[in-house]
Amino acid sequence: MRELTCIGCPLGCSLRVFEENGQLRVEGNTCPRGEAYAKNEVLCPKRTVTSTVAIHGGTVNRLSVRTQTDIPKDKIFACMEQIKAVSVEAPAAIGDVILPDVAGTGVALIATKDVKKK
Amino acid sequence: MRKDYDVAVIGGGVIGCAVARELSRRKLRICLIEKGEDVCSGTSKANSGIVHAGFDAKPGTMKAKMNLLGSRMMPQLAQELDIRFKRNGSLVLCLSEDGLPALKELYQRGVENGVEGLAILTGDEAREKEPNLSDSVVAALYAPTGGIVCPFELTIALAENACVNGVEFRRNETVTGIARGEGGYVITTNLARIGAACVVNAAGVHADEIHRMVSAVPMHITPRKGDYCLMDKEVGGYVSCTVFQLPSALGKGVLVTPTAHGNLLIGPTATDVEDREQTSTTAAELSYLTKTAAQSVRDLPTRSVITSFSGLRAHEDGGDFIIGEAADAENFFEAAGIESPGLTSAPAIGSYLAGLIAEKLNAEERSDFIPTRKAIARLAELPVQERKALIAENPLYGSIVCRCEQISEGEIVEAIRRPVGAVSLDGIKRRVRAGMGRCQAGFCTPRLMEILARELHRPMEEICKNVSGSELLTGKLEGRK
Amino acid sequence: MRTHDLIVIGGGPAGLAAALSARRAGVQDVLILERDHVLGGILNQCIHNGFGLHTFKEELTGPEYAARFIAQVQEESIPYRLGATVISISREKCVTYVSREEGLVQVQAKALILAMGCRERPRGALNIPGSRPAGIFSAGTAQRLMNVEGYEVGKEVVILGSGDIGLIMARRMTLEGAKVKVVAELMPYSGGLKRNIVQCLDDFGIPLKLSHTVVEIHGKERLTGVTLAQVDENRRPIPGTEEYYACDTLLLSVGLLPENELTRALDVSMSRVTNGPEVDDRLQTDCEGVFACGNVLHVHDLVDYVSEEAALAGRNAAAYILSRQPAGSVVKITADSGVRYTVPQKLDPEHMADTVTVRFRVADVYRDRFVCVYCNGERIRRIKKRVLAPGEMEQVILKKSELPQPLQSLRICTEVE
Repeated sequence: MRELTCIGCPLGCSLRVFEENGQLRVEGNTCPRGEAYAKNEVLCPKRTVTSTVAIHGGTVNRLSVRTQTDIPKDKIFACMEQIKAVSVEAPAAIGDVILPDVAGTGVALIATKDVKKK
Repeated sequence: MRKDYDVAVIGGGVIGCAVARELSRRKLRICLIEKGEDVCSGTSKANSGIVHAGFDAKPGTMKAKMNLLGSRMMPQLAQELDIRFKRNGSLVLCLSEDGLPALKELYQRGVENGVEGLAILTGDEAREKEPNLSDSVVAALYAPTGGIVCPFELTIALAENACVNGVEFRRNETVTGIARGEGGYVITTNLARIGAACVVNAAGVHADEIHRMVSAVPMHITPRKGDYCLMDKEVGGYVSCTVFQLPSALGKGVLVTPTAHGNLLIGPTATDVEDREQTSTTAAELSYLTKTAAQSVRDLPTRSVITSFSGLRAHEDGGDFIIGEAADAENFFEAAGIESPGLTSAPAIGSYLAGLIAEKLNAEERSDFIPTRKAIARLAELPVQERKALIAENPLYGSIVCRCEQISEGEIVEAIRRPVGAVSLDGIKRRVRAGMGRCQAGFCTPRLMEILARELHRPMEEICKNVSGSELLTGKLEGRK
Repeated sequence: MRTHDLIVIGGGPAGLAAALSARRAGVQDVLILERDHVLGGILNQCIHNGFGLHTFKEELTGPEYAARFIAQVQEESIPYRLGATVISISREKCVTYVSREEGLVQVQAKALILAMGCRERPRGALNIPGSRPAGIFSAGTAQRLMNVEGYEVGKEVVILGSGDIGLIMARRMTLEGAKVKVVAELMPYSGGLKRNIVQCLDDFGIPLKLSHTVVEIHGKERLTGVTLAQVDENRRPIPGTEEYYACDTLLLSVGLLPENELTRALDVSMSRVTNGPEVDDRLQTDCEGVFACGNVLHVHDLVDYVSEEAALAGRNAAAYILSRQPAGSVVKITADSGVRYTVPQKLDPEHMADTVTVRFRVADVYRDRFVCVYCNGERIRRIKKRVLAPGEMEQVILKKSELPQPLQSLRICTEVE
């Protein structure tokens, strides 16, 4: 059994997820969104990671970045390790691929900011 | 390496700076040793900012004498140094009929001390003068010569002017020992050995420690902590006079006053502490403070508090200022036990001590002493046309860094580049008030750090709030150059 | 004196959206004044995702959301000044600003839009006892130092206040290697979004202590620790519950305050609850031709609503400039029984748009309540809400067609059954 807090709305239902005969059963939800959220969180929780990387020769010192889509939650720190090792040269534009495949997730790390050359 | 001076002043508070400035009128080689990163970083930075009229001290004491003299010297000094000073008048409130005899006694004492213009007002007369006074005020002692001054401005202006007149400021330097030597004293610090014919002990709460390095005459200082709450300028006009309650054994009690910059200030409490660096506020004192201040005025606007702080008074067991040459140590001069009315007395103490020393050393007056100092332009207070002209001259005046107090980059840069300039965030705050406003440096901290780093050629990670060890950052993110 | 039809004070999300909608509504001569050296305001440091779901139907980070508006402003060739701080405004709509490039400038506008945003409540406002060492930051200051400047502000962290910026910073600092020990919240509920509690705290095992506060700050030069204590129902610390946390950094996320220093000089009525000016359904203040939107009006949780509100202010400012439509008589909107305030605070029933969105916040966490609208003493609306929380802005949309004529009173409240 796993306990979760639903993030679907301010209600924040306390959800309990049971596994029975290979099936997931959710308790404590007040709406279908809660059930869907709980199942997803148990089967493959995913998160978007956002951070910054060093950028040189630009008008600013940091370039904000994010994973293009969400990645498995357990890859967050592996993803951060790779982000920390990156530094880029200006210019950069929103959507520029900074890393094509972050932490073996198949998801790209992209720039979220336009940075001009100094 | 040893460096020699005629006079070494220990302590860069308002007293040390006042003595140094007065000494710099003479042909003397002078240094001032301050353990903090900046002058005005001990008792002088956290007090009420009051120029007392002079009715409190017992007639005949040093306190009474210096208070009156200092108060009389303040207008000219303020003009010379271009600092804010206002005679806003003060009121001592009597909150019950029982207090009337004490109030009358205070009046008598004031008259005896030579304070001008004292008057006892009825409760209604006091309320007419000060409409927000509490209904329970039955009478009040009014002193038209009471005033307010900014303690940072006063101390820093004295230091700048002393520096311009040749005093060498040695900041970040702690005195660890003093020995009598040939022709004077040898002062050992964490950085050097300093020879001086004459030493001035103006070490505030540490004055007894310095004293014992040289003298066997008993001296004992108790740090007496006072908590304060500072309120937003929107309530700065809540009272126009400085409002005291009848004094107690521990001091002048809790006051409510406008500050020289237009905020409202309440405080101080009075708690004897052991630690001479212990300036933590406590919940109990802050709550006592608001409760007590609320007896003086109606509906105290506590919602408008923007910060609270505390300072230490250097209380000597004898209860009076100790000013002069130590009985058993020739050429060792002291200004110890300088608690209230210390700020008021500073100009008088400076002049008096410098006079004694000059006489002792047979020092001549200098003809090239520069008595005046110009304040950093306060752009936000200038009329539009003047402000426009200044920005045209220096575009940095057009770049606002501290939005609450409307302080420009030009003013901040000047605070850093001046003689005895700012080297920390607190130093900037005390010189030009950047970060002193209602957001308490929320927005301007990163910008101030950047300007300090640029001007001092130091990396951002080394920028401190005040002394070394108070760095704001703990490192750089990966890859940052 | 130079003149402009419309001056927008602030180039953050509110100012950008307001300027755009005013231009699209036909006002050619618009000027945006921004004090920072870039447009976008606070979004520039909000590098996390979660922005734009309502506006763009996709999840963007702060800089991306800002960039979309900046691009539109540039496409429309709307002029703006950077590093330009407005130092005063007058009822006559004269604006004085200073900048490095232009010096001190006075300009006359036909209409003004106030979009100055808000600031964080500092430590001083909380009166937390203790020492005053380095290492105490408002969460937004720390966010700027990290995300824009690229510095590390601390290694062992306690966060006071569970506002969204505090929660976001808990995750951000954790990702950069800091140890966030605890988030303490004075209230018995969090002021932040549920999603942030789960994704910023729960994901990283960071405890959230409700009904707790910092009662003492320790350390001389740099912070060495804080003492937390539980508080009673009157938010007073309970003796005996004190707990010491060693840390070098304390982040404060204890509320935002609309930044209305300039507004005060206009002598318009201000709300004691929102700390912003009171406005009518056109988002116009008491001073004709002066409009307000975004966090300077009232603090929002979602930037999408800021953009929407600002666009309305822009359209109305345009209408004012182009036709100078005079204001009719207004009816005050009363907020009570659990509703703390509404924006707008006033409504002009004669000239109102077909629909008017009234935004509000509730006073406490309520379950199974109704949000009700009364006109002339009669209830015209009763909306069932499973949950209402102070941290989540609510809204009702009033239709002109459903309001009785003449409208004498309008009241929004909550009711139990």
